[in-house]
Amino acid sequence: MIEFQSVNKWYGSLHVLRGINLRIEKGEVVVVCGPSGSGKSTLIRCINRLEPIQSGEILIDGKRLSDPSLDLTALRAEIGFVFQQFNLYPHLSAMENIVLAPMKARKISRPEAEEIATRLLERVGIPDKAASYPANLSGGQQQRVAIARALAMQPKIMLFDEPTSALDPEMINEVLEVMSDLAGEGMTMAVVTHEMGFARRVAHRILFMDEGQIIEEGSPQTFFENPSSPRTKQFLSKILSH
Amino acid sequence: MTYQFDWSVLWTGQSGEWLLQGILTTLGISTLAWLLAAALGTVSGALRTVPFAPLRALATCYVEFFRNVPLLVWMFFWYFAVPPLLPGPLQDWLFNHGAEFWAGMFALGVYHGARFSEMIRSGIQSIPKTQFEAALSTGLTTAQTYRFVIIPIALRLIIPPIANESLNLLKNSSVALTISVTELTFQTRQIETYTARAFEALTAGTVIYLALCLGIATLMTKIERRFALPGMIGRVASAEH
Repeated sequence: MIEFQSVNKWYGSLHVLRGINLRIEKGEVVVVCGPSGSGKSTLIRCINRLEPIQSGEILIDGKRLSDPSLDLTALRAEIGFVFQQFNLYPHLSAMENIVLAPMKARKISRPEAEEIATRLLERVGIPDKAASYPANLSGGQQQRVAIARALAMQPKIMLFDEPTSALDPEMINEVLEVMSDLAGEGMTMAVVTHEMGFARRVAHRILFMDEGQIIEEGSPQTFFENPSSPRTKQFLSKILSH
Repeated sequence: MTYQFDWSVLWTGQSGEWLLQGILTTLGISTLAWLLAAALGTVSGALRTVPFAPLRALATCYVEFFRNVPLLVWMFFWYFAVPPLLPGPLQDWLFNHGAEFWAGMFALGVYHGARFSEMIRSGIQSIPKTQFEAALSTGLTTAQTYRFVIIPIALRLIIPPIANESLNLLKNSSVALTISVTELTFQTRQIETYTARAFEALTAGTVIYLALCLGIATLMTKIERRFALPGMIGRVASAEH
C-alpha cells in the first residue's frame, strides 16, 4: 500500500531521511518512534507529499509520487492526516470543519455530508459538539473532530503525526481509543507516537528511527522484549523507566 | 467678533439639493471604489503568498505600482491621460456617462486596492502553515484552500485595519473634486462660492463627513463582533459561539 524505495531528504545541508526502505501493507498498523529530530514526522509527511523528497521513490497503491501526471489532490483525498496541533479551522464549527472537504472536493450534497459528519461525531464520542467552535472544545475533543474530519473523506490510509503529544494526560486515552477502534476496523495506519502502551497493544509493527534511518523494525513483542540495536535499548530504558 | 452666522444658506436656494447630491455621489463613488479595492486587494494579497513565483511577481508589481504614486496623480492620469487611448465609441460613451466619475472611481479603487492587498497579505501570513497543510491533506486544492480556509480566516484577522482603510477611502474620495466629480466637497465649495458663507458651508461638509465615517466605523465594529474568531485575544465572541 505504501512503499519507500531508498528515500533521501535534506533540509538544506541537514540529511533528515537517509536511504529509507519501507513497505506498509493494506490493513497494517505501523508505529514509528524515536527521539526528536530523528526524522519520524518527516517520514510520514512525505507519504502525502506535504514534504518533497530529493531522491528515491515513494509509491502509494503502486502510484509514484514523483510522477508528473499524478493527481496529487485526489491522492491526498485518499489519505487522512492528523496533526499534533489539530489544525482545525477556527472560523468554522465542528460540523463545518468536517463537511467542508466532502462537499468541495467530493461534491457531496450538504445533507449527505452532514449525515456522514453526524455519524462520525458519534463514532468519535462527541455527537453533542457539532455546533461548537474549536476554541470552545478541549484538546482531546478537538483532536477527535480532526480525526472525524479526516475520516469524512473515507481515506484508505490514515497518518497520525504525534496525535496525543499536545494533550493533557487524561485526554490522551480518549484519542487513543478512537485510534484503536480504527485499527480494529482494518484501517491502514502509520502513527508517529511516544505512547508505548498504544504501540504494544495496537501496532502490528514498530519502527525505531534515529538520525534519519530506521534502525530497528519488528513486532511489538520483539521490539520491547528483545530489541537488537543498543540505541533502541537505550531509548526504551529511558522512556519505559517511568 | 462681528461675523453673523447664517445657517439658512445650507437649505435655501439650491444648497439642500447640492448637499444631498454631493452625499449621494460621495457614497456612490466610495462604494464602487471599495468593491473594486476589496476585489483587487483580496486577489493580489492572496497571490503574493502562493508558491508560484510569476503570480507572486505580478501581484507585487500591482501593489508597488499603485501604492507609490499619489492619489491625485492617479486621478489626473485616469481622467486626462487614459481616455484618449481608448477606442472612439468607448470615449464617446464615457464622456456622455460621467467620465470623471468613472475615472475617479477607478483611481480610488486601484490605489486603495494596493493598500488593502498588503493588509490581506499580512493577515494570510499570520496564519500557521500547518493550517494550510491541514486543508490540503483533506483533498482540497490550493485554490479551494484559499477560498474556504485561508482568506476567510485572514479577513477576520484584519477587520480593524480594513475599517481604517475604508474610512480613508471615503475621505480620499474628496480628491475627485479636482477632476470635477460633484461629490460632497465639490458641493460645499459650490455653496461657499454662491453664498460667500465659507464657515457655514465647510462646517456642513465637516459634520457630514464625520457622520458618514462614524456610521461606517459603527458598522465595521458590528462586523468585527459578528465574525470574531473564537479564542483570539481581546475579541468578544458573540453569544452563539
